[in-house]
Amino acid sequence: MPALRTSLASVALVLAGAWLFAGATDGFQAFTSEAARRIAVRDRPAMVPPVALETQSGERINLAELRGKWVLVDFIYTGCRTLCLSLGSDFARLEEELAGPIARGRVRLLSISFDPSRDSPRELAAYLERSRRRGAAWLAARPADAAGLVELERRFGVTVVPDGLGGYVHNTAIHVVDPQGRIVDILDLGAPETVKQSLRRHGVT
Amino acid sequence: MTPPGRPAAIAAVLLVASALPPLRHALEASMTAQMLVQLPLLAGVGFVFGRAIPVRMAASLAAWNHRGVTGFVLASLASAYWMLPRLLDASVSEPGIAAAKFVSVPLLVGLPLALSWPRSSFVVRGVLMLESIASLFRLGWLYLISPVRLCNNYLLDDQQRLGQMLIAIGALLFLWIAARLLWGRFDPTRYAGEAPADRRGAASLLATINSPGRR
Repeated sequence: MPALRTSLASVALVLAGAWLFAGATDGFQAFTSEAARRIAVRDRPAMVPPVALETQSGERINLAELRGKWVLVDFIYTGCRTLCLSLGSDFARLEEELAGPIARGRVRLLSISFDPSRDSPRELAAYLERSRRRGAAWLAARPADAAGLVELERRFGVTVVPDGLGGYVHNTAIHVVDPQGRIVDILDLGAPETVKQSLRRHGVT
Repeated sequence: MTPPGRPAAIAAVLLVASALPPLRHALEASMTAQMLVQLPLLAGVGFVFGRAIPVRMAASLAAWNHRGVTGFVLASLASAYWMLPRLLDASVSEPGIAAAKFVSVPLLVGLPLALSWPRSSFVVRGVLMLESIASLFRLGWLYLISPVRLCNNYLLDDQQRLGQMLIAIGALLFLWIAARLLWGRFDPTRYAGEAPADRRGAASLLATINSPGRR
């Protein structure tokens, strides 16, 4: 009898284990938290929080005010000399390639700094210039207070880790926010076409 | 306090201490520390708990744990679960997942191992050990070659160092088992001609596999 009971118990455990694994990986799709957050926003778009921001010109805006347009959001710190350079060039390319929808006022670009103590409006303006910004549709901003930063990181699912060399490592991506203020897509860097595809899928371009 | 209760009490203290901020933060500061120190520590705590389980309770559990198979299945599934990068990551930043880790690794990995190991046969132990070594190599290789970070909370060089260490640990375990098969007291040919049902032979075989120093 112990052998029979043992097989029953083992089979039950394997089935329960498979069920738990499926639950923990979004049906065997997401094995990393980065993949998980991307699937999560596609299934259940998250609202962007109404956080106060200070832009590169020193102007105070609220993230909630950007509703009504599609907004592409990335997270940066201007002290970055590695990945953010590539984020900057991604946004520069998108600004160029989306010139039409930008001119029609349908799309904006927003780079949010997660290092607000160092990224003053002046640093943000220098970042935009370094990144070859063309027009006013691309904003750079820092959260006006620490609570806002925490809220942004939580809602967008951005994790920032000090790299031990005075810089930061973070999960870099381009977040697509719809006119209702919902994060509907999170996309990789280095592939502006996927961003354009996402916008096309949503009927923007 | 009775002698079997004392190690369990020490283990319980260790469990609580490891869940409190200073030790917890230290052991979760790097991926390497979490996987090579914190998770084995939690499993070890559960193993000590398993040794302290009252005899009657152990006997009733044993009815469902023929040759230790059920316990090994449970421990393998639970440890595989806690090797998902996503859960390593979430256990650092989400309190609910962290609580699940501190409860389930002792109770679903360490404890069943302690209950199953003494009941298991040479073959089952061999399968478990070789599969563990293979998993260390697989996981180590994945961490070593992955160009992207698998955990948002940890750095890439940490992940690669962990990969190297997992492979090194797998290699050491393999060498240790190989050395024991070659030079240990166990002589496979001695049992080759005996009937498989020879309980005494099997028992002495188990005693030889268990390291000589163990009680």
